[in-house]
Amino acid sequence: MTTLDPATPIAAAPRPVFKPNWVRLAPWLYTIGLFVLWEIGVRISGLPHTILPTPTRVFEAIIQYWSPIWKNSVQTLYTTVLGFMIAVVAGLGIGLFIGWSKAIYAGLYPIMVGFNAIPKVALVPILVIWFGIGTVPAVLTAFLISFFPIVVNVATGLATIEPETEDVLRALGAKKLDIMLKVGVPRSMPYFFGSLKVAITLAFVGSVVSETVASNSGLGNMMASAQSNFNVPLVFAGLLMLAVEGIAMYALMAWVEKRMTGWAHRSTMAN
Amino acid sequence: MTPLVSIENVDMRYGGPTGTLAVSGLNLKINRGEFVAVVGPSGCGKSTLMKLTTGLHIPQSGAVIVADAKVTKPVSIVGMAFQNPTMLPWRTTLENILLPLEIVERHRHRLRANKAEYVAKAEKLLETVGLKGFGEKFPWQLSGGMQQRANLCRALIHEPELLMLDEPFGALDAFTREELWCVIRDLHAAQGVTIVLVTHDLRESVFLADKVVVMSARPGRVISEHPVPFARPRQLDLLYEQPFNDMVQKLHSEIATARVAA
Repeated sequence: MTTLDPATPIAAAPRPVFKPNWVRLAPWLYTIGLFVLWEIGVRISGLPHTILPTPTRVFEAIIQYWSPIWKNSVQTLYTTVLGFMIAVVAGLGIGLFIGWSKAIYAGLYPIMVGFNAIPKVALVPILVIWFGIGTVPAVLTAFLISFFPIVVNVATGLATIEPETEDVLRALGAKKLDIMLKVGVPRSMPYFFGSLKVAITLAFVGSVVSETVASNSGLGNMMASAQSNFNVPLVFAGLLMLAVEGIAMYALMAWVEKRMTGWAHRSTMAN
Repeated sequence: MTPLVSIENVDMRYGGPTGTLAVSGLNLKINRGEFVAVVGPSGCGKSTLMKLTTGLHIPQSGAVIVADAKVTKPVSIVGMAFQNPTMLPWRTTLENILLPLEIVERHRHRLRANKAEYVAKAEKLLETVGLKGFGEKFPWQLSGGMQQRANLCRALIHEPELLMLDEPFGALDAFTREELWCVIRDLHAAQGVTIVLVTHDLRESVFLADKVVVMSARPGRVISEHPVPFARPRQLDLLYEQPFNDMVQKLHSEIATARVAA
């Protein structure tokens, strides 16, 4: 039997070598890959710019029309975020109200589902009749389309309190309000912040739909008029800007979620 | 001296007049400072007994009297602990333990002004159960056994006269369980609190209790009460002594009969 000599030096610490972090780079590489494939595909097939422009042509259009694109992007971001913020406040309020009691939940839930089933684009003409064309219907459409997931998630968080937790607190003489404030609301926060990611994306859908149908500004309106002029690269430039805004807002919401409810992501933090 | 808890001829039926009869003709008296273990076949209404005693359920007939008053609403002199520790994951262990104080009437208005005093008390409790220095950790950073210790602290922080434990050690491994038996034993000896322990583990019931109550299968009622003769303080060695095993075996056969009778 051999014994290990404690004096034997253990292998020297490995020399630090440059090793790219592929996971961090992956989103960028895949995005670039997508554009490259798109470019090659269009060039090989010889499709005209009026059908499908190459990404280089789209970037050209972005530079060429930067001033209107910027103005309209800011307008769309403004209507979307405003509608989204109203949806957050209203969704949180209505979600807490619905989650409060089984009777309210049972009564309001079918109405909410029915309301959510209505295509929001069909509401835009009504909003135009009430508020005229422009910013207000866009904000309201963004709000109407994005508040449902927030309501459902907050209500779900409240409705799934563990019965044991409730028993422990009720046995101490806790009122309904105590249980809601101490357990229900904090418990529903991961659901709430999770729903924000879904809601912000939907809010963009709402505002752009409304701008396309009934507005004189915003990316939706810009793309609609570019399309009627057969300026397809500008249409794609608008789509690209929407995608960028969407990703940025989604990332912001994901960051907020992580900041506010770190305890709910404990599997990644525990170690 | 009147008993702390007196359950007199109680019927409790769930789900309306045609629902299941959970307990029927239930009679039980628990004296102040007593440690009572309730055992029985599964579905015998042990958890119903807990909910009746704490006032979470009000019986359809009969009376539950706790601390000389008929129970008509949740009684706030109890602390409860379940098999599932139900710690709130967004609060640290210490904040979890302080939670009952934010609820119970006589503490909630004093809590803010006397925070330091209450924190000191919670830390002392943590030390008693062997969790000194873990107050700042989140419950999900603790092991199952540690969470259950914290759960006991939460049940005790408001100095309840009655501690109700519903299979608190059911989900723990054998060694942790024995450790926590000793924790409970010492808490009972030191604080003079009345404890009702609902359990499936007969050795646990005999080791810890002054009196073991055997319940029948559904609808549950008390079929026998066995005073436990072993002197306190009891050591874990007791688990391997003949009289102890004889008593466990006697209880076991009694419950087996109760199951067959059902």
